[in-house]
Amino acid sequence: MASLQFNELAYTNLDEFIYGHAKKPVVCSNGMVIGGGTVYPEVNLTLPTMLINTETMPKVLSQYEEMIHGICSKAHELLSPGIIIEIELLPPCTFNPQWGIDVTKVVKGVMNEYYSKFGLKSLLRMTVVDIREGKTLTHMYKGEHWDNVIKTFRGCAEAGADFLAIESIGGKHLHDEAVMNCDLPRALFSLGVVGCRDMVALWDEIVKISTETNCIPSGDTACGFANTSMVMAHKNFIPKVFAAIDRVMCAVRTLVAVERGALGPDKDCGYEGVYLKAITGIPISMEGRTAACAHSSSVGNIAACLADCWSNESVENVRLLGGMAPTVYTEHLIYDCRIMNVASARGFALEMRDILSESDRMYDPQAYILDPGVVIKISQEIVKGKTHFERTKIAASATIKELRSAFQDGLLQLDTKELKYLDIFEKQLKLIPNDEAEFTQFMIKNSTLDKFDPAKYDFNFDVVAK
Amino acid sequence: MFDFTGLSNAVIEGDNDQVQAKVKEAISANVDPLAIINQGLIGGMNVVGQRFKVNDMFVPEVLMSARSMNAGIELVKPLLAGGEMTNRGTVIIGTVKGDLHDIGKSLVGMMLECSGFKVIDLGVDVSPEEFIAAIKENDGKILALSALLTTTMLSMKSTIEECVEQGMRNDIKVIIGGAPISQEFSDQIGADGYAGDAAAAVELVAKLLQ
Repeated sequence: MASLQFNELAYTNLDEFIYGHAKKPVVCSNGMVIGGGTVYPEVNLTLPTMLINTETMPKVLSQYEEMIHGICSKAHELLSPGIIIEIELLPPCTFNPQWGIDVTKVVKGVMNEYYSKFGLKSLLRMTVVDIREGKTLTHMYKGEHWDNVIKTFRGCAEAGADFLAIESIGGKHLHDEAVMNCDLPRALFSLGVVGCRDMVALWDEIVKISTETNCIPSGDTACGFANTSMVMAHKNFIPKVFAAIDRVMCAVRTLVAVERGALGPDKDCGYEGVYLKAITGIPISMEGRTAACAHSSSVGNIAACLADCWSNESVENVRLLGGMAPTVYTEHLIYDCRIMNVASARGFALEMRDILSESDRMYDPQAYILDPGVVIKISQEIVKGKTHFERTKIAASATIKELRSAFQDGLLQLDTKELKYLDIFEKQLKLIPNDEAEFTQFMIKNSTLDKFDPAKYDFNFDVVAK
Repeated sequence: MFDFTGLSNAVIEGDNDQVQAKVKEAISANVDPLAIINQGLIGGMNVVGQRFKVNDMFVPEVLMSARSMNAGIELVKPLLAGGEMTNRGTVIIGTVKGDLHDIGKSLVGMMLECSGFKVIDLGVDVSPEEFIAAIKENDGKILALSALLTTTMLSMKSTIEECVEQGMRNDIKVIIGGAPISQEFSDQIGADGYAGDAAAAVELVAKLLQ
C-alpha cells in the first residue's frame, strides 16, 4: 500500500468552507470551472420501464437522446451558465461495453449540438456500474467482469465523456451483513480494510485510463455502503446513529479515489463528499431535496451547504404535468443553483450556508454530521490516522463522540433507542484491537466465503500483517 | 400447565442463554415438544414480528430473536419425529435477471425465515430458468421476485411467463417487490401479490399459503 496522503485539512478556516468554492477547482476544457465560484446543476436520469437487449437498444438510445434534448433545451431556455449531465450506466451497458459506449456517443452528440447551436456549455459524467459481483464473478481484478468494467471506462472516455466515475462495491457483501446486524467492527473491516484496498486497485486503473484519454477521473461514492444504511435507517430498520457513523467511516474509503489521483467533482450520492472536500479541497457534487424523486433523506437542505454541483440523484423518463421528468428536474436544479449563486454574488453565501445547515441538522444525526463545522472537526481527527484502518476507526469514534456531545448540548434530537445504540457502538469499537493484522485475522475467521472470499481480492494476509 | 411467558420473553429479548435455560426447563417438565416450539418459541417470534411491523424493533434485534429461537429449536428437535414441524412452506427468492441489488431481497428472506418459512435464496441476477429449477428441486410454494431497476422489472414478467410455459403456474404463488414496483404493475404482469416492505411480504406469504 502506498503511504497515505492528505495528512492535513485543505480547510482550516470555516468561513472559506462553502458551496461553489473549492480549494482545488476542476478547470474543464470548455471553460467551466467546478468549484470556481459557481454552483452548477448536475442532472442524472434513467430509463423508464423497459428491457435492455439487442432488440431494444435502438429504443434505449432514442430514449437517451430524447432526455438529453429536453435537458439541454431547458438549460438553454433558463440561461444556465453550464450544465453537467450524469449517466449512470445500467448493468447491461457495462456487461456489454459497446452499449455503454453507444449511449455515451448519443448523449455527447446532443450536448455538442446544443453547444454549437446555442453556446450551451455542458459536461458529461459517465458512471460505469460496478458489475464485479454475482455468481459468475471469478475475481475482482481479472476475468470477464473486470475486463468489461475497464473496457467500458476506456470506451466511454474515448467516446467523449468529460468525467469518469463509479459507485464501487469492493467489500459490499461484508458491509450488507454489518448493516443488517448493526455490526460496527464488520463495517470497519469492510470499509477500512477490504474496501480501501479495492479502491486502490480500481482507481489506479481509472486514473490511468483518464490520463491516456484526456478525461477527468472525478470520484467514487459509498452508494452501496452508507446509502444502504441511510435507506435502512429511513425505514426504521436500523438506528439512525448507525447510518451517521457509517457515513463518516465511508469517507475514508471514498477518499482513496482522490489519494490515487481522482480530481473531482466527487459523485452526487456520496454524501461523505463533504469530508473529501474538507480534507483534500476537491469540488463535490451533492444531492438533497431534489433527489426525493429517487429516495427520501433527512438531509434535503444541509446537503447543499458545500455543494459545487447540485444533483437530483436519478429520475426516470416519465411524463409529469410539467413535461418529461428529467426536464422538470433540470428546471428545479437550475433554480436552486441560481439562488445559491446570487446569494454568493451578494456576499451572503455564508448566511445561506448556515441557514441550509440549521434548517436540517437538529433533526437527524445523518444531517448533523454534514454540518460544515462538524465536518471540519471530525476531519481533523480522521487525518491523524496513519492507515486507512486507523482512519476508519477514528472516523467512527469521533462521530460517536460528536453525536453524544451534540445531544448533550441540545443541538441534536436523539430518542432513547438511538442513545442506547450509541452506547452499544462505543462498546463494539472498544473491542476492536489497534493491530490491523490481528483484527483482519479475526474478521476473516468470522466471515463466510460468500460474504468475502480473500482469493477473489488477491487479499494477502501476510501483506496486511506487515 | 407450563407457563411459556418466560420463554417467549427470552426470545423477544434475543437472550440465547435464557432461551436455552427455559427450553431445558420445559423439556425436564415433560412439556410436549411441539408446544415448546409453537407456544414458547414461535409465540415469542410472533410478538417480534408485530413489533417490527410498527417500528418498535430494529432489524438486528429481530435477528437476535431469530437466533435465540433457533437455538431453542435445536434443543427440541431431537425429541421430534420427522422434523417437518417448523416449515410453514418453502419460498424461492431472488433478484431477477440483470439486476444486482441484494439487500432488500435478503431482508425479506430473513423476515420470512424468522417467521417459520424455509427460504431458498438464489441471490442476484437470477434467470427464469434458474428460478424454475429451484422451484422443482425444493418443492417451492412461493416464488418471491425482487427488482430495483426500471430496466429489470420486466424480467419479473418473463419469469412468470416461464412458469406458465413449464406448466407450473397453478402450483406456485408469485409475489414481487422492489422500489419501482407497484400493485398496478403486479396486476399487469399477473403476479399473485405485491409487498411494499419485508413485514408486508411475510403477511402476504402467510395469506397466500392459507
